[in-house]
Amino acid sequence: MTTEVGPTRVGDVLPPLEIEITRTLVVAGAIASRDYQDVHHDAEAARQKGSPDIFMNILTTNGLVGRYITDHFGPRAVLRRVAIRLGAPNHPGDTMVLTGVVEDVRGDTATVRVIGANSLGKHVTGTVTVTVPGSGPEPVQRTTTDTTPEATAITREAIAPSPEATAALPEGRS
Amino acid sequence: MSGRAVPGETAASGERSASGAGTASMDVTEGRMDVTEGRYEDIHARLKTYEGLTAVGGVGKDLVNEPMIRHWCEAMGDTNPAYAGADAVAPATMLQAWTMGGLSGHGGRSEAYVEMLGLLDAAGYTSVVATDCEQEYLRPLRPGDRITFDSVIESVSERKTTKLGTGYFVTTRTDVRAGGEPAGTHRFRILKYVPAGRRRRDGAAGRAATAARQAVAEAGEALAPSREVSTPTGEALTPTRDASVSTGEATTASRPKRPRPVVNRDNAGFWEGVSRHQLLIQRCEKCETLRFPWLPGCNSCGCLEWDTVEATGEGTVYSYVVMHHPPFPAFDPPYAVGLVELVEGVRMISNVVGVPHDRVRIGMPVRLEFERVDEELELPVFRAVEGSGG
Repeated sequence: MTTEVGPTRVGDVLPPLEIEITRTLVVAGAIASRDYQDVHHDAEAARQKGSPDIFMNILTTNGLVGRYITDHFGPRAVLRRVAIRLGAPNHPGDTMVLTGVVEDVRGDTATVRVIGANSLGKHVTGTVTVTVPGSGPEPVQRTTTDTTPEATAITREAIAPSPEATAALPEGRS
Repeated sequence: MSGRAVPGETAASGERSASGAGTASMDVTEGRMDVTEGRYEDIHARLKTYEGLTAVGGVGKDLVNEPMIRHWCEAMGDTNPAYAGADAVAPATMLQAWTMGGLSGHGGRSEAYVEMLGLLDAAGYTSVVATDCEQEYLRPLRPGDRITFDSVIESVSERKTTKLGTGYFVTTRTDVRAGGEPAGTHRFRILKYVPAGRRRRDGAAGRAATAARQAVAEAGEALAPSREVSTPTGEALTPTRDASVSTGEATTASRPKRPRPVVNRDNAGFWEGVSRHQLLIQRCEKCETLRFPWLPGCNSCGCLEWDTVEATGEGTVYSYVVMHHPPFPAFDPPYAVGLVELVEGVRMISNVVGVPHDRVRIGMPVRLEFERVDEELELPVFRAVEGSGG
């Protein structure tokens, strides 16, 4: 599974990883993460709560995102940070395709933007920061031209002037 | 998505919502929902008082151990050799798993946290959905480590209207220690909300539709991924596109209008200018400092006398955000919102149009134009100057 890769550069695209969302995976992931909420193993209970079927829990998603990164960067890779946001649920019978693009490289540490999409849309979006000891690129180079400038926070009224509708982002969002 | 509010909990508040407890029948003076109006009281001020208080805490039920690591790896399909053998470490993403209460639960939930969730339930915000998980790993956990953790209510948002419904984002932060040393932090965000359909629908058909929508709504922003790259930002301002496909809302209603500006005597002159297709900046009569947005007095000298100058309409993008989530009925994400610096020196917020949302850049030259968004409303927006797209 794991492949050592050459120097990581901003813009590098990770090979996609397809995950078949089986009932077994949803349940195994929930139990392995000690999450016994019924919506992750009991289809009838899930339906009663408005979901068409059981769905993957967030801890499993987190684990799969971590695996996707360490599969690519190899067994020496150390995860520093994983930040994910959930969207469309992963129901049994679906397929999630994880994709990733390197957003930033500093020395031996890279930040990868990850998206996991299923037939309903994006199940997960997030960023992972990973260090591969000794992997620092020849000269430390950051290609600033490729990076999207981080949008600095501006006031929430930006989106719409109504206080009810300004809503938008909770604090501390990555 | 798991409905889990904090680590180590088996009975998340989502289960409460599903059982229907804690709604209008509860006699809580301030938290009661107004059934006739279908409105729910904004309890932000009271929720705010819980910020900084302990949510849950405890000791991991199991030492970090090889069997649980192996079971995790089997479930995840993770064959990384770092997680097995003599010098094995636990997968970093297991951080939260070590704090979980499992079937027997934890009982470590603080009085304050229980009280705050009760307040939300009583006020009608009974549904819950997990939206974010952010973990930082400070050192690897190894078999034999005993972890301790404590979780605080980090923040409660103002009341937000999202596609799912209206409610509050509650963020908890959990510090995990191993042998007393920091091992990682785990930030978890849930939305406690009144489902969007609840006040509009009655009867069995309505409930079925609501259930379907709730399921769909968990999809959040993601249901229309193809727009991600192709939608020009200008379309965000066009009220004709039907957003209902992605919201799961009733498709029969026409698209809601954009929010109306609040016009008062302090800013009426600005909107009168807009109606004449003039972007007017206030100028202090005494010190001649320009100011925007419109205010009664000068920030520099306090003088209350002012006149106006008309902006030339030239400017640059000083900063921007791209709105993806949550979508609002009258808007069609993703779209770019810019903080535009006018050549006169003041900055104003508006949409940046005429360029795909992902091509907006800081420093990009833009030019004012007036966009009619419906029969009653025209807004000043900024169009990217030809050829400046990144």
